[in-house]
Amino acid sequence: MDMQLRSVFTFVARKLLRLGLLLLAVAIFTFVLLSLSPIDPVQAYIGADMMQISSEQRQLIAERWGLDQPMIIRFWDWLGQLVQGNWGTSMVFNQPVSEVIASRFWVSLPMLAIAWLLSGILGLGLGILSGALAGSWIDRVVRLYAYTLASSPTFWVALLLLIVFSVALRVTPICCAAPPGILAADVTLWQHLHHLLLPAIALSIIGIANIALHTRQKLIDVLHSDYILFARAQGESLWGVVRHHGFRNLILPALTLQFASLSELFGGSVLVEQVFAYPGLGAATVQAALRSDVPLLVGIVFFSALFVYTGNTLADLTYPIVDPRIRLGGWQT
Amino acid sequence: MLSISNLGITFTQYDQGLRRKQLTVITDLDLTIQAGEVVAVMGASGSGKSLLAHALLGILPDNAQLSGTMEFQGEPLTPKRCEALRGKAIALIPQSVGYLDPLMTVGRQVQRVGQLNGLSSGAARTLANRTFARYDLPPTTRQRYPFQLSGGMARRVLVSTAVLTQAQLVIADEPTPGLHPDVVTETLNHLRELAREGRGVMLITHDIEAALQVADRVAVFYAGTTVEIAAAEDFARGNLRHPYTQALWRSLPQNDFVPVPGNQPSPENLPVGCLYRDRCAWVTSECEQARPELRFVRQGWVRCIHAER
Repeated sequence: MDMQLRSVFTFVARKLLRLGLLLLAVAIFTFVLLSLSPIDPVQAYIGADMMQISSEQRQLIAERWGLDQPMIIRFWDWLGQLVQGNWGTSMVFNQPVSEVIASRFWVSLPMLAIAWLLSGILGLGLGILSGALAGSWIDRVVRLYAYTLASSPTFWVALLLLIVFSVALRVTPICCAAPPGILAADVTLWQHLHHLLLPAIALSIIGIANIALHTRQKLIDVLHSDYILFARAQGESLWGVVRHHGFRNLILPALTLQFASLSELFGGSVLVEQVFAYPGLGAATVQAALRSDVPLLVGIVFFSALFVYTGNTLADLTYPIVDPRIRLGGWQT
Repeated sequence: MLSISNLGITFTQYDQGLRRKQLTVITDLDLTIQAGEVVAVMGASGSGKSLLAHALLGILPDNAQLSGTMEFQGEPLTPKRCEALRGKAIALIPQSVGYLDPLMTVGRQVQRVGQLNGLSSGAARTLANRTFARYDLPPTTRQRYPFQLSGGMARRVLVSTAVLTQAQLVIADEPTPGLHPDVVTETLNHLRELAREGRGVMLITHDIEAALQVADRVAVFYAGTTVEIAAAEDFARGNLRHPYTQALWRSLPQNDFVPVPGNQPSPENLPVGCLYRDRCAWVTSECEQARPELRFVRQGWVRCIHAER
C-alpha cells in the first residue's frame, strides 16, 4: 500500500513537471512567433482609430507597454504576469481572456463530449464488426465508409450535413447554439441538444473512421494470435473469441487512440463551429486570429495544450487499469 | 479410436499477383491411436506434426484442403464434426504459455474451458480449483496472469485445460522443449496418467528421448508423410525398419552421435518416388519409380521397399 501510494505520488509529480516544461516551451514559441509576426500590438489595440492618433501618441503607448524593451525582457515581464494569473483582456470580446475561454469552453464541451463518445463507440463497434468478419461484404462496406470519410475534409462533411439536414430536410437548425431571439436563460435542454446535434455528428464522423480502421486491424492481429488458436481449439466460437479474448486485447490501443484523438477533436471543432456558426471555443479561435486578438489567441493556445495534455495523461492512466502486465509488472513470484 | 489414412493437406496460395499455387505439405499420412495409449508423433520441424493436430481440431486456415480419411470413434471427422468435438472430445495441450490470453487470469481461462464443456460458471470454477489442486498449483495461481507463471507452473496450467474436459483424445503439441529435465519428466508423467484414465494421447515432439520415455508407439513423420510406426521398445532392440528412423536413433549422443546428412525436401519441390531417397544409403533405381506404400513388417508399419533387409 505504501509502495502504491509512493508510485502514485511519483507519477503525479512527474506528470506535473512535464506539464510545466510543456507549457514553458509553448510560452516561448508563442511569444517568439507573435513577436516576429506582422501584427502591430498598438494597431491591433486601437483598430480603426489608428488614423486619428499621432506618431508621438503611438510612441507613448509603445513605451507604456514596454514595446521598446528587448524581446527577452518583454518575455520575462509577460511570463511573470501569466504566472500570476493575469492573462490579459480580449480585445474582440472586451472581457478578461480567462472568462472568455471558460464561457466559450462550456458551450463547446457538450458538443465535444458527444462527438468524442459517438466516434469512440461507433468506431469501436464498426471496427470489431469488420475485423471479425474480415473479407466479407460487411467488412468491405465499413472499409469503404472509413476510407471515404478519413479522406474527406471536416468542413466539407459539415457543409454536406448542413445542406442535407438543415436546408433540404429542415430537421435541424441552420446555425448557432440556440434559437435566435430567445434569452439564454429560457433555452430548454431539448433546444440545446437540437442545436448541437449536427455539429457533434459532423465532428464525430471523422473520428469514427480512424478508430474503426485501427480497431479492425488490431482485431485481425489478435484473431491470428496463438491464444486465439488455442481458444478455438477449446471450442470457442468466433463471437465467443471476440467477446472473451478479442475485446480485452484490443481495448487498450483503442482507448489510447481515443484519448490521443482529443487534439484532432479540438482542431476539428474550429472548422465545424465555423461552418455551423456555433459560438464555442473553436469559433472564438477563428475570430481571435482574424482580428489579431493576441491575448485571447495566446490564452487559447495554452488552453488547448492543457486540453491535449490531459487527454494523453488519461490515456496513460488507462494502461495500468486495462493491462495487468503493466499494473503487476514489477510484482513477480 | 483415431484412425487416419492417406491424409493430405494442400494449401492454395497466391504467388506473385493473381497466379494461384498449390502447396502440398502433407501427403499420405497414416496414424492410429487406441484408447489408453500414448502415441508419439515424431519428426523434424516442417514434417507436418502440428498441421496434423490442427487438422484434427478443424482449425486449419481457410485456404487448406484436406484429402484422405480421418476417423474418430468409428465415424469420419467432417469439418462439422470437428467443430462439435473440439475442446470436448478432442483436446489440445499447446506448446507454451503464449497460447494463453495474456490479459486474462489463468483461473478464468481454465474455468472458461469448463463452461465451454457445458458446466455452469460455479461448477466450472469448482472443477478448475479441483484440477489446480490435483496438479499441486497453489490456490493463488488462479489470480495469476500468464506472464506471472514459471515454466513448470505454466505446463501444469496448460495440462489442466485438457484434463478438465472429458476428451477421449488429448493432443500434446511439443510440450517439452526448453524445460528443466525434472519438469519434462513431470509433464510426461501427466500425459501417462491421462492415458491410464483411458484417454488416447498424441504426443507431438521432435525429442526422441522424451518420446521413448513415455510413448507406447512412435510414429515417425518425414516431409509430411508417415515413414514408420514402431513400438517404443523397437528402438532399443534395434528392430527399426526405416533408414530415416535408424539414422535418427544413431544420431543420439548416447548412441553413435552421427548426424543425419542432408535436409528434408521442401514441399515446393518434393522428389518423385520415395521422399527420403536423396538422403538414403539403401537407395536403388526402384526407389525413384513410385512412393512406397505403407507395409506391415516385423510387427510395425513402414514406408520403404527395402525394409526387410
